[in-house]
Amino acid sequence: MLTYTAKRLAMAIPTLLIVITVSFFLMRVAPGGPFDGERQLPPEIENNLRAAYHLDEPLPMQYLRYMGNLLQGDFGPSFKYKDFSVTQLILQGFPVSLELGGLAIGLALIIGLPLGVIAALRRNSTVDYMVMGIALGGIAVPNFVIAPILALVFGVLLAWLPAGGWNGGALPNLVLPVIALAIQQIAYIARMMRASMIETLGSHFIRTARAKGLSERQVIWRHALRPSMLPVISYLGPAIAGIITGSVVIEQIFGLPGIGRYFVQGALNRDYTLVMGTVVFYGVLIVLMNLVVDLLYSALDPQIRYDD
Amino acid sequence: MVKHRLAAIATTAAWLTVTSLTGQAATLDIGTQGEPASLDPARVNGTVFENTVLGDLYEGLITLGPGGDYLPGVATRWETSPDGRRWTFQLRDDARWSDGAPVTARDFVVAFRRVLDPATASVYASLLYPLHNAEAISRGEAPVDSLGVTAPDPHTLVIELDDNTPWLPSLLAHIVTSPVPAHLIDRYGSHWNRIDHIATNGAFTPESWRSHDHIAAVRNPHFHDADSVALDGVNYYPAEDLQAGLSRFRAGELDIMRDFDPQRYQWLQEHLGDAVHLRNQLATYYYALNSRQGHPTADPRVREALNLALRRRVITGQILEGAVEPTTSLVPEGISHYRPEAMPGLDQPMAQRLARARELLDEAGYGPDHPLELRLRYNSRDDHRRIAVAAAAMWRPLGINVELINAESSVHYSSLAQGDFDVGRASWVADFDDASNFLGILQSGNPKNYGGYHNPRFDRLMQQAAEETSTERRQTLLAQAEQVAMSDYAMAPIYSDASRNLVNPQLEGWQDNAINRHLARWLRFREDADAGQP
Repeated sequence: MLTYTAKRLAMAIPTLLIVITVSFFLMRVAPGGPFDGERQLPPEIENNLRAAYHLDEPLPMQYLRYMGNLLQGDFGPSFKYKDFSVTQLILQGFPVSLELGGLAIGLALIIGLPLGVIAALRRNSTVDYMVMGIALGGIAVPNFVIAPILALVFGVLLAWLPAGGWNGGALPNLVLPVIALAIQQIAYIARMMRASMIETLGSHFIRTARAKGLSERQVIWRHALRPSMLPVISYLGPAIAGIITGSVVIEQIFGLPGIGRYFVQGALNRDYTLVMGTVVFYGVLIVLMNLVVDLLYSALDPQIRYDD
Repeated sequence: MVKHRLAAIATTAAWLTVTSLTGQAATLDIGTQGEPASLDPARVNGTVFENTVLGDLYEGLITLGPGGDYLPGVATRWETSPDGRRWTFQLRDDARWSDGAPVTARDFVVAFRRVLDPATASVYASLLYPLHNAEAISRGEAPVDSLGVTAPDPHTLVIELDDNTPWLPSLLAHIVTSPVPAHLIDRYGSHWNRIDHIATNGAFTPESWRSHDHIAAVRNPHFHDADSVALDGVNYYPAEDLQAGLSRFRAGELDIMRDFDPQRYQWLQEHLGDAVHLRNQLATYYYALNSRQGHPTADPRVREALNLALRRRVITGQILEGAVEPTTSLVPEGISHYRPEAMPGLDQPMAQRLARARELLDEAGYGPDHPLELRLRYNSRDDHRRIAVAAAAMWRPLGINVELINAESSVHYSSLAQGDFDVGRASWVADFDDASNFLGILQSGNPKNYGGYHNPRFDRLMQQAAEETSTERRQTLLAQAEQVAMSDYAMAPIYSDASRNLVNPQLEGWQDNAINRHLARWLRFREDADAGQP
């Protein structure tokens, strides 16, 4: 297992290198630059800016400089948020996104898994149709629709909860964004769990368990639940990486200081260093999450072993 | 109606609760359209909302009154040499930084030099080009200390200009001309503005800043007029999403929201009543017309026809719900000491204008067999798209086929800068209250002259105006220049923009003004709003 983990981590290095290199050059090829905006700059001022950020150097030089700094853990300064380095922006924003995303995934699991199981056990009943109908609704309605409605109803009209703001992470400020983030995940997880549970319940070892005379509860808890989790686990890896790196929609609608917005705004502003910082960060996270998923697989399914 | 009233009552109740809860420490919560790029005046990005934050933190030589009027700030009085090129300012002796150190003339010298120093790479450097040697310094062709600003003694500042610049006071109220604490720069270098080092000389001073959460500022006890500042602190919340900002305002979480969607103007008026503030602003929304060779719009007859066929009232009335006023000049109404020059022929009845437009296109060689094909670029945003679609529909009856191209802002403006368009959406918001700030965007060589308009007569008049010492003759020259450009149909003005604010009615001291700047030092919560305090 240790060797396997070490091998996987070593393999991640060339992957990340390719991701960084491709992103670096793609970003430079994109039309428009970091200093193109409503206020068109006189050439001498643009030159000064380019010099200040080393953009006047040949591209290979810039690439080497960037990689050199990256090795020392320096993501460089943000072009747009000049009082912060990219590292500072990520370090300030990530805990917020992590907290929101972690709570949302937790909530999604607590609600989504049982819903999926119940729907699978009562297959083709009214309960099943209701659960799956609601889940379909949850997937179909995007969170840029759900979030403002939540803010309007619970923040403005009923005034039970704040309509926005982080407020140092106070509980009332977390409720609406966590729900808005979780709704889609609940729907996905419930649907996936239902499908996988139905498949498991039809398999031979379940028939054997039932033939042994085990109670239905024992069949489900002991034998059906674990293998049914596998597809959900493999979905959760990238889903967690996605959700804990924030959501630009949720952050803008609730005014939260997470890092989701940097992915979008960095790209729109051609804030090269910020885009690269988020790409590297996200890349590392995806690699790690996928590794965790694969290791979890072996814990859940005895047929999967990573020993040499 | 009942529903409206309920919503209004809910909103007012929310404000009252929030006001009374926070009543003891009167803190103002402002929603701005974004975050400042920096708290260092030399390193801001030049966006409107940076004024909101830095305007409260720093005080320049000149400052702004509640109505946007120019008042003595750190300077108490000033004299101008007869040729208008040498200004001597006397600084107040009670001006202090928030760490207690005195504000001296050297702080201004250091500030102005930093803005122009190529190493600072200040986006706003060109704003200081009226100062002697400024442009050469920015180009790296002259040493920084050759700038036309000196401090003969700690309380005297002398500014030398290359040309007569009667609008200098409005420039000196701009955030980029704020002083910087030279004693902190000596100590911390470029890190002087870190939140644990920074000192400011305005009514408020920043205490904490978490990116995209909020900037918290508290009253500066050393501010020379601190006794008359009613608020204990101001929080600036970036609210990029206007709908979200509106929700937070309605929930009473924000006392001021510095913008709203113009397309919701009617709804807001019905539901929020006197919290809605709308006023003409010094800003023009226009279409740049590409005058470069090879573009159909290089022909002045085509440009005239396009202008004649635009129904500006339809755009402002139907698309923008009457939240803005149509315009037929580049310089907006409301600029001091100036009367904008309208484009000729646009006051005729529409039928006549369309007939004339057809004639012009015919003369230019366009007709059913050879339709005019135009590429209209706009940056992706709902209102820009709707206006572009409307404009294309208005030109359609003339046999003009318009290809609409939208792109995100940085691509859009880079395309405009490269002249890759026939018609391009743009707008200009005044940096300072002077007609030359608008007319400059049509001068040859100006990077904001997207259409590449070039008329030697226009350039000559602008140059003469820059050199003219009499304010009256200068205004006449500027008006003549605008007349030349408008007769050339150099661009297509569409509407004068308006400032849009939502303001808690419990706040006193807010005055709508043409430059849309409102210092928090003039604001206070009404006494009776605090009556319900615990």
